Amino acid sequence: MTDFIDLFSYAFFQNALLASILTSVLAGIIGTYVVARRSVFISGGITHASFGGMGIAYYFGFPPFLGAGIFAILSSLGIEWTSNKAGLREDSAIAILWSLGMAIGIIFVFLTPGYTPNLMGFLFGDILTVKQTDLIWLGAISLSVVLLIRFFYDAIIITAFDPDYAKTTGLPVKTIRYTVSIFIAIAIVLSIKVMGIILVLSLFTIPPSAANLFSKSYKKVMFLAVVISLVGSIIGLFMAYVFDLPSGATIILTLTGFYTISRIYKLLATK
Amino acid sequence: MPALLELKDIAAGYDGKEVLNGVNLKIAPEDFVGIIGPNGGGKTTLLKVILNLLEPTKGTIHKASELKIGYLPQVNNIDTRFPITVKEVILSGRFSSNKWWNKPTKKHLTKVDELLSFVGMDEYCNSAIGELSGGQMQRVFLCRALISDPNLLILDEPNTYVDKTFEANLYKLLAELNKKIAILLVSHDVGTISSMVKTIACVNGGLHYHASNKITSEILKSYNCPIEIISHGTVPHRVLKNHNHD
Repeated sequence: MTDFIDLFSYAFFQNALLASILTSVLAGIIGTYVVARRSVFISGGITHASFGGMGIAYYFGFPPFLGAGIFAILSSLGIEWTSNKAGLREDSAIAILWSLGMAIGIIFVFLTPGYTPNLMGFLFGDILTVKQTDLIWLGAISLSVVLLIRFFYDAIIITAFDPDYAKTTGLPVKTIRYTVSIFIAIAIVLSIKVMGIILVLSLFTIPPSAANLFSKSYKKVMFLAVVISLVGSIIGLFMAYVFDLPSGATIILTLTGFYTISRIYKLLATK
Repeated sequence: MPALLELKDIAAGYDGKEVLNGVNLKIAPEDFVGIIGPNGGGKTTLLKVILNLLEPTKGTIHKASELKIGYLPQVNNIDTRFPITVKEVILSGRFSSNKWWNKPTKKHLTKVDELLSFVGMDEYCNSAIGELSGGQMQRVFLCRALISDPNLLILDEPNTYVDKTFEANLYKLLAELNKKIAILLVSHDVGTISSMVKTIACVNGGLHYHASNKITSEILKSYNCPIEIISHGTVPHRVLKNHNHD
């Protein structure tokens, strides 16, 4: 027990804890939108495409998350754009983007001379090396997302629910969709630090899906998703520390466990 | 009477394929216009043009400055698993007269309750949209169309899902509404239309206007409108007849 209490006195652990709290808020809010709009696959494409930017940034010596951010934003805008054009097969376009991003990333990481960056950290997350600047970014984006949903809640969900109708009321549907896309991209990239490219998608998907089992109201699903994500991340973080495992993986295991139990509970309760 | 909405010589289509051509339509306050036409004849395209969802390739649209449209779309394009409540759906209709950052006011919330009891669904205010039947969902969308106090109500196939018990209510409701606002109703079911509307038009590529609600097979034939017809007589009766056309 004293081990745990000691843990909190370490700066790296405080940072890790704060990072998982902020990521949970971000993932709960953005994830609910992604799941409700059925755009989980789009988010997967954005996540993996961002690896290309990361590799290029590494090769040229820029901050890797800047590269990833630019790639993520461009690809999310690109996908939003193609989804408005008839005749383009969105799922194929996403799959191509997905693997192209990974390919570019792998090539540039491979080409980077001498020092090989910590690939495992990108792929599986490295929460224990979160720095103060990472936290500032995460905090700023989390705050922006909270404010965005606080003030534009109705317009955002109506645009997601029934875009054609939203257009007839004169809502700036395109602007809203593109703005939200940019926030999704940034949220994903910042969460990569904690969860890793491969696992970040689940952090955005499992909590809202579990929350959706208990409520059909968007607001409640969103709040519940944040709570589930928070509890899961913190438990996962402790597990990672105790068993010396990558934090992304332990967080996803915790969340999936929770989802499975909820599912079974719901199944038994409705019988 | 000055028109609320006037379309002049409109052409529209998709990917260079013209669906509508030479369409003229004028809607004045208190009009009740029924639009019929075969599937693929351009009914939906016409609505899209009126609702600014599709840019016409030709012609002009004039909208009166006081025009406020309430729109009831067809229900089939809706994702029923989307986590959203009846109240939230209805409140979203306020954006046609509210800025998009405005929060719902007390007046809006009272109006939601009024509208729900108007359509006989008081107890569903906080239900999720996915828990409703098709007919109930359509009633909710009718409330959404009405919350901003429109002066033109546009209904796209309102009798597709509405259950028989509510259908009679719906028509009574529309007649009531029509005392104050104009209504444009699109339907493939002529039976419904001719009994309610004041004027009727057939969309089949072009739009053929008929300044009464009585349709005869001769009129339809001359309009090239392949649709079942209804006629009115001293004794209420329906004559349904399929007529071929090519």
